[in-house]
Amino acid sequence: MWLARLKWGAALVVAGGAVGWWLTAPDLLPDDYLTAHSGDAAAGESVFIAAGCASCHTAPGAEYVEGPPVLAGGQRFETAFGTFIAPNISTDPDHGIGGWSDQQLVNAIQRGISPGGAHYYPAFPYTAYARATAQDMADLVAYMRTLPAEATPSRPHEVGFPFNIRRSLGGWKMLFADEDWVVTGDLDPRVERGRYLVEALGHCGECHTPRNALGGLDRGNWLTGAENPDGEGRIPGITPAELGWSAPDIAAYLESGFTPDFDTAGGSMVAVIENTSRLPEEDRAAIAAYLTALP
Amino acid sequence: MKRLATALTVLSVAGFGTTALAQDDVDPAIAAAMKARQAHMQLYAHNIGVLGGMARERIPYDADAAQAAASNIAALTTLNQSTYWPEGSDTSVEGSKALPAIWENLDDVMSKSEDLVMAAAAMEDAAGQGLGALQGAMGGLGGACGACHEDYRLSDD
Repeated sequence: MWLARLKWGAALVVAGGAVGWWLTAPDLLPDDYLTAHSGDAAAGESVFIAAGCASCHTAPGAEYVEGPPVLAGGQRFETAFGTFIAPNISTDPDHGIGGWSDQQLVNAIQRGISPGGAHYYPAFPYTAYARATAQDMADLVAYMRTLPAEATPSRPHEVGFPFNIRRSLGGWKMLFADEDWVVTGDLDPRVERGRYLVEALGHCGECHTPRNALGGLDRGNWLTGAENPDGEGRIPGITPAELGWSAPDIAAYLESGFTPDFDTAGGSMVAVIENTSRLPEEDRAAIAAYLTALP
Repeated sequence: MKRLATALTVLSVAGFGTTALAQDDVDPAIAAAMKARQAHMQLYAHNIGVLGGMARERIPYDADAAQAAASNIAALTTLNQSTYWPEGSDTSVEGSKALPAIWENLDDVMSKSEDLVMAAAAMEDAAGQGLGALQGAMGGLGGACGACHEDYRLSDD
């Protein structure tokens, strides 16, 4: 009797494990995802700037300089789950992404899956990039291929048990990765462009939206401000109720870094302004239109 | 005479009251230095407010007023601030947003303050030359302010 029960128990554990394994398996993009899109490097530079890639992937302490960024990696991001270290994503074939196919690179950016099939940690904002268009991704990849190679090895993340079990990130993705737009409904074209810049490429919600205990974004409190993962200070809310700035003030802030009171951006927002100051003026206006249209 | 003494006492008590509320048990020398540098920042903000108000077209462009504000900012950037930043006046003191990293990276802080002098000089050259020139120099000035606030000021809004 007890033996039969044990057998059933074992069978259930095996079946449960198999279901878990299947549920946490990487969910790749379709093989023909990029087929209809040929990449344009010049257009890709705008995508790269709007997506803020250089802010995290240039070397620590590297000041913004004119010219193509060197994506050597090495910046450290301290969080409650451990310290994540941005990898080298330059075109170096050994230490960067030079040896990856376009499809592999886009699976990394939009699905958070490495060429070897491992899940990336969501410190890399692939859950936001998942909302980007295939054409923008093709352009982005074409641009990244033009950037200089740099042979700095990527360093492993400093993450302890249990967060070091990458397979478990499959479960995290199932629970929290959500490709749907946060703001829905009938939007005018400018607000819709702003939504694309804020919710997809700009990944603003990654810092400005609070997270639950497992690090999933609390979409019900979208952009209402959050704890600073570095531990000090607080990331401000940017909804109309939290911020209260006019659309022209927001657009001007994204260009010059000056608040309506003529204080300036600080902390990580300085790197964001380096990017937004290089966007076309219509894009800054679109971000402002979206933010001021938030509930 | 007696009335003056009373007035001074009232003023000093009132002044002490606000200080005590904001910075309880703080070394008076550190509190004074923090007040000085925060006032310095306030002078920047006030003058940048004139330029920014014009740049954002909230107030009409006025070449003389713009020039005066830009010259004030340029003058402020050249003041010697060494006594504003005593050791121990970092975020461990209530009311201070100055991160301890300042005192660990003084060379970098100085190099960024030289960049600010340059950006303010560029604004001084531009501000009186028309609205377009003023608007064109705002980003450089904002970037120079932000370069320090990025690493050395507590982000908290």
